[in-house]
Amino acid sequence: MQELINRAKELLADGTVARVLGWKAGDLPYNPEPAYFETAEALEDFVYNGFCGANLSKYMIEASKMEGKTMVCLKPCDTYSFMQLIKEHRVDREKAYIAGVGCKGKLDIEKIRARGIRGIESIEGAELTDDAETLKIQTIYGEKSLAYADGMLERCHVCKGKEHVIFDEQIGESKETKDAERFGEVERIESLSPEEKFSYFQSELGKCIRCNACRNVCPACSCRKCVFDSNKFDSSQKANVDSFEEKMFHIIRAFHVAGRCTDCGECSRVCPQGIPLHLFNRKFIKDIDELYGEYQAGADIDSKAPLTDYTFEDAEPSIVGKRG
Amino acid sequence: MQRIGVFVCHCGSNIAATVDVSKVAEMALMEPGVAHAEDYQYMCSEAGQAKIAAAIQEKGLTGIVVCSCSPRMHEATFRKAAERAGLNPYMVEIANIREHCSWIHKDMEEATKKAVILMRAAVAKVNLNTPLQAGESRVTKRALVIGGGIAGIQTALDIADAGYEVDIVEKTPSIGGRMSQLDKTFPTLDCSACILTPKMVEASAHEKITIYTYSEVEKVSGFVGDFTVDIRRKARSVDMNKCTGCGVCQEKCPSKKAPSEFNRGLNTRSAIYTPFAQAIPNVPVIDREACIKFRTGKCGVCSKVCQAGAIDYEQKDEIITEKYGAIVVATGFDTIKLDRYDEYAYSQSKDVITSLELERVMNAAGPTHGHLERLSDGKAPKEIVFIQCVGSRCADDRGKPYCSKICCMYTAKHAMLIRDKYPDVNVTVFYIDVRTPGKNFDEFYRRAVEQYGVNYIKGQVGKVIPKPDGKLLVQGSDLLDNRQILKEADMVVLATAIEPNPDVRKIATMLTASIDTNNFLTEAHAKLRPVESPTAGIFLSGVCQGPKDIPETVAQAGAAAVKAIGLLAKDKLMTNPCTAHSDELLCNGCSSCENVCPYGAITYEDKEVNDHGIRETRRIAVVNNALCQGCGACTVACPSGAMDLQGFSNRQIIAEVDAICR
Repeated sequence: MQELINRAKELLADGTVARVLGWKAGDLPYNPEPAYFETAEALEDFVYNGFCGANLSKYMIEASKMEGKTMVCLKPCDTYSFMQLIKEHRVDREKAYIAGVGCKGKLDIEKIRARGIRGIESIEGAELTDDAETLKIQTIYGEKSLAYADGMLERCHVCKGKEHVIFDEQIGESKETKDAERFGEVERIESLSPEEKFSYFQSELGKCIRCNACRNVCPACSCRKCVFDSNKFDSSQKANVDSFEEKMFHIIRAFHVAGRCTDCGECSRVCPQGIPLHLFNRKFIKDIDELYGEYQAGADIDSKAPLTDYTFEDAEPSIVGKRG
Repeated sequence: MQRIGVFVCHCGSNIAATVDVSKVAEMALMEPGVAHAEDYQYMCSEAGQAKIAAAIQEKGLTGIVVCSCSPRMHEATFRKAAERAGLNPYMVEIANIREHCSWIHKDMEEATKKAVILMRAAVAKVNLNTPLQAGESRVTKRALVIGGGIAGIQTALDIADAGYEVDIVEKTPSIGGRMSQLDKTFPTLDCSACILTPKMVEASAHEKITIYTYSEVEKVSGFVGDFTVDIRRKARSVDMNKCTGCGVCQEKCPSKKAPSEFNRGLNTRSAIYTPFAQAIPNVPVIDREACIKFRTGKCGVCSKVCQAGAIDYEQKDEIITEKYGAIVVATGFDTIKLDRYDEYAYSQSKDVITSLELERVMNAAGPTHGHLERLSDGKAPKEIVFIQCVGSRCADDRGKPYCSKICCMYTAKHAMLIRDKYPDVNVTVFYIDVRTPGKNFDEFYRRAVEQYGVNYIKGQVGKVIPKPDGKLLVQGSDLLDNRQILKEADMVVLATAIEPNPDVRKIATMLTASIDTNNFLTEAHAKLRPVESPTAGIFLSGVCQGPKDIPETVAQAGAAAVKAIGLLAKDKLMTNPCTAHSDELLCNGCSSCENVCPYGAITYEDKEVNDHGIRETRRIAVVNNALCQGCGACTVACPSGAMDLQGFSNRQIIAEVDAICR
């Protein structure tokens, strides 16, 4: 972390960048939040640890409009989102100085809490430089410990790898943390009967309080005006209809980001109700992979997304239909 | 607020027998915006149209809904009627209560309920309709014909004779197509080459026709009247301007082992070759896969013997880009592969051949120089068995469900020609039905039976077994005598089903022309527009549309030409005003629409916008209305709903859905 802060200070001092986009410490040890830093003094609050899950790519849409360059700290998987935003002309590559920061998997406070660990006062082992495989957690009930992997976000168990697909400089080591099948849960749901599926989605989506956190954090949800807020389609009124959330909002959102979603997992990370929203997007990704060949949104700048491209080899609609 | 008139058509009993039309009209009056509703026996009749005009004028209607047949039938009729009465034609909507309702339902109550819903959706849409004005677009006075067989040649000749430029693109090294491979033609038995060659020569000499052989259509963009096509001229390795067609190169070429495509692989050809003697152009091509020079770098015999210095090993594929007003597809057919019909022993015995191969065997320029002989040992056959419907009229998915239409006649022809030339050869034909519905066709078939003594057996062959002595044992059934037959034969000829040229899928995709489940191109209307594709400006000629013989192909080729000429004769076309446009305050500039636009109608501009007081320069999609064809792909791809289609706006479509779900 200190290396990162030192480098940020240098870049601010020599005028390469006008600000730094990173994370600052929150009021608790596990809730750092995205923040801009414009001076060396301000960087005293800078943190980078296992709880810095937030994907900062989307902030670059606004930062691209500001004067001067912004040093943005992106983890390997965040760079996919950034690349996708470049493809969609939503961020200005020239306005970004990308610090490809190392990552050894990010932590999910809900997973830690689910282990019965409450009243947390401090956590050791969450720093990037720590080699420890175990978290030491001081609580008001005494010291607890937990394997690092057991506290990781779901998305880190299906890690995209330790490579940054785009960066100006890399700071810190990364580690691939993949230890699960990416489509395992999707396959499980696919195997359910239609009634079981419906009740599964009903129970999950029924929890939605329509706080819009998923939409606001999603790098693919970068429309200037979301269709759900637009008065052009009467959809804002529809959003108020009973049970609309569970039936439509998330489904429409999944369709809108299909083919553009990099599977960054932010939607599920920020959901205060713990709805596994990423599964919708991942189902689309699985279908795209199976029908049109493997495709990772944001992996490169040139490839055409399968859903907005046509090739003679594309699956026929009848074949798509037969799959049910 | 709109003042909408709803007109419910009985269509005689077509609609009224299943839908309570007066109930639909009555219900219409309860819809928001509806000021007038009535039903009438034939809305499309003059009297019906007069009722619409009268209501528009008397009730001051601002929009109308006609509940009738498919808009493909009468949308234009009702739009014109409304226009004559002073209404903008785009204020007319059709609710299809015939094809979508009365024809597919039996229960009156249910059908009426659905008709009311369809009416409601159309009313909801008209409530949001706005008057639209059509523009004009130009017509490029040049036609493209894809395929240089008899269909393509005839279409090209007819268009060229009307005074328009035509380009023929042919994939193989020569025009002529399947017809050039035939020996004699039914029902007159004249020699195929004798009647085809003059047409080929005429096409090649015609000042309005340009022929691109050994070429393929690579890319098509644009729309009716203004297509842009990339044509790949494959490297011939021979300079067409220098070559004199002397043929020495072919004689001297040391590589002579490539299978001859023209002779259906029954013999071989040299690596540098013209497919057949009457080929047009009479300029050979080098098959680079067979050529020793291309394979090993050593040889160059053709170049040494060519007096004209026409051989060019360095020649590269060339892309020609040309504009066309109309495109005619004439891609023809091939016989199906027989790998799923093992019971006929086609792959096991050289003496089991397809009818098209028999054409080559009987032809003087064929592998046996026209002598009827077994391909295994060159012996003269004494017993020949023809098997009809191999892969045609097939109930399972091994073959084709359709009748290939030409086989009954050419089999009669083959049988007759063999009996005429070799009276000592016995000919047996196994058939399911003999279908001869053409002028002088049945007479022809009867001549084969009565005059030439061909033995027709109603029944199918179950198995052909090659025997160690070289004979073929044919096991079939005679349904009229109700007995099993075991017959020894020297040769078996399979009337193999025909299928559209496999390349047609790719071409149809490029042209956005639709194809059916058998890969035949579909017509705009099976009965009333049989030579037009549903895609404007695309016309169909020959077997690419469905199985047909030469006389029918030539007739259809002429019909396709007339339709193309009718288009090329126009100076301007009315454009569809239903084009897309983007809302600059909603546009993200993400390029999704640009990526999916098949017409290249969308570009991006950096534009200064004022978004509720925020002034900034944004990347905004801009639609070129002259290029936009209103397909709506962009409106679906746009994540923020900034793209919208006039006449089919997002709000209109949502209003329709809402009306249906109400």
